[in-house]
Amino acid sequence: MNVVVCTKHVPNPQGTPTLGPDHLLVRSGVEGALDPGDEYGLELALQLVERHGGEVTAVSMGPDDALAAVQRALAMGAHRGVLVTDDVLRGADALVTARVLAAAIQRQPAELVIAGVESTDGYTGTVPVTVAALLGHPSVTAVRALELEGDALRVERQTESGYDVYACPTPALITVTAGATEPRYPSLKGIMQAKQKPLDRLTAADLGLAPEDLRSSQTVVEVVDAPPPPGGEIVEGDTAVGRIADLLADAGAI
Amino acid sequence: MTTAWVYAELAGGVLDGSAAELLTTARTLADEVAAIALGPGATAAAADLGAAGAATVYASDDEVFASHSGGPQAFVLGGLIEEHRPSIVLFPGSYEGRDVAGRVQARTGSTLMANAIAVPAIDRARTEIFGGMTVVDVQLQGPEPHLVLVRPRSVTAEPTGGTATIVAVPAEIPEADLGARLVERHEEAATGPKLEEARVIVSGGRGLGGPDAFAMLDALASAIGGAAVGASRAAVDAGWVPYSYQIGQTGKTVKPDVYIAAGISGALQHVVGMKGAKRIVAINKDPEAPILKMADLGVVGDVFEVIPALTEEIRRRSGS
Repeated sequence: MNVVVCTKHVPNPQGTPTLGPDHLLVRSGVEGALDPGDEYGLELALQLVERHGGEVTAVSMGPDDALAAVQRALAMGAHRGVLVTDDVLRGADALVTARVLAAAIQRQPAELVIAGVESTDGYTGTVPVTVAALLGHPSVTAVRALELEGDALRVERQTESGYDVYACPTPALITVTAGATEPRYPSLKGIMQAKQKPLDRLTAADLGLAPEDLRSSQTVVEVVDAPPPPGGEIVEGDTAVGRIADLLADAGAI
Repeated sequence: MTTAWVYAELAGGVLDGSAAELLTTARTLADEVAAIALGPGATAAAADLGAAGAATVYASDDEVFASHSGGPQAFVLGGLIEEHRPSIVLFPGSYEGRDVAGRVQARTGSTLMANAIAVPAIDRARTEIFGGMTVVDVQLQGPEPHLVLVRPRSVTAEPTGGTATIVAVPAEIPEADLGARLVERHEEAATGPKLEEARVIVSGGRGLGGPDAFAMLDALASAIGGAAVGASRAAVDAGWVPYSYQIGQTGKTVKPDVYIAAGISGALQHVVGMKGAKRIVAINKDPEAPILKMADLGVVGDVFEVIPALTEEIRRRSGS
């Protein structure tokens, strides 16, 4: 079974993100990494091909810096990488992103596409299902476990009060929750081998998408700093407990 | 005439509270407001949807919507959109809202905006970025309808007390659009007060180190009386507590009178779900933790000392 894993390069979650003069997130020259949320799906993909054979391809869209995310996926064990980089994709909205990913995924046959539930920088959470719809695949989101049973998948989907089990025909797309599994660390050998693995660098033109398919339909028109939090008080030591209890009493909670 | 639609989510045959909020927003945008309710309980929910401001409810009670995930809903909604051409469709910012909106987008080719906190105009949506420090207005262009996912509890529902006309929609779904099929359902019984309704929430994060420490939060919640226990995504992802505990971007949005964050750093994911609390208390041993800066009362200390001591102090004060 061949698996494609969507991987995103995101600014370091501990860093301080900034907007450029064009109101877009500054991504170049910012310390970043493979989205931690993508590592769980990658791990599930690697386990699947270890059991059933096949290859894992890491597909990404992003500036040159995003190469680091693809290389991390290769170091973890993905067999090949695809990175789509193009100036026209700067500030791409959800639909344009989905079109690019779908077109890049279609270049190699895969029975399964895996993505994270949402990215750690944007949290939109709809791009994977749009990719699935563009590919004509069924999809199950918020998956915490999966098994291959013949040509179909048995997936556990996290719900509010437990989990649901779905039978999903392939080819399919699933999104994987963080915590579904423990992602492996790249080994030194993996890191060395990653440099030798096939890596396709593509532009939008390589994907055969028309200019109108690449035009984003969203423009930031206003950016306002939210009023800063009223700024509370920081306490340490023995008085803290009494102060919390006072606050609860003041709120009528105790 | 401008038309705004609301995707009304049903869970287990019960109308989700997001529908009345979305209808309240929809009424500010258009003179024609309709809701789409799909799945068992849809027709019965039409009365509530009418009272919340929908003039029309497109409804189907068909079981197919409960036994499949997103595909049938997107197929029917996509067809209704092509037939009636609304200007905007509002969705709840839930997993189901995302699943349906994402699929509809592939069909309509229209723009989609997630995590909106307000929809000031038919072609404009407002969101917060950087953990709520920056508010951004986005102009929505391209073909209609604009698809906007609105965060729960961004507005207060204001019912009109109206009555909706029910339009039954057929549920003939092509095989290719059915997608994955539900085969088993596993539910864990919920205990304690609901997070959305609790006046006080005690919430734990990565700093608790493991599932056992949640017993400490349970004890505090019970000493306070009627308090609910929640968690950050880090604690849920680690498997310490079930997903129903999760507060944040994915998870619940809560607005209690007092929110006590124990061992939670204050990642954006979490903050957007709890910053509406009237008062925030944060306990963290890291003086640099972002949560301390947004708290009304920030305690730099060890949760394993502060929480039991606080539980003891509350019991002492309430004389029990």
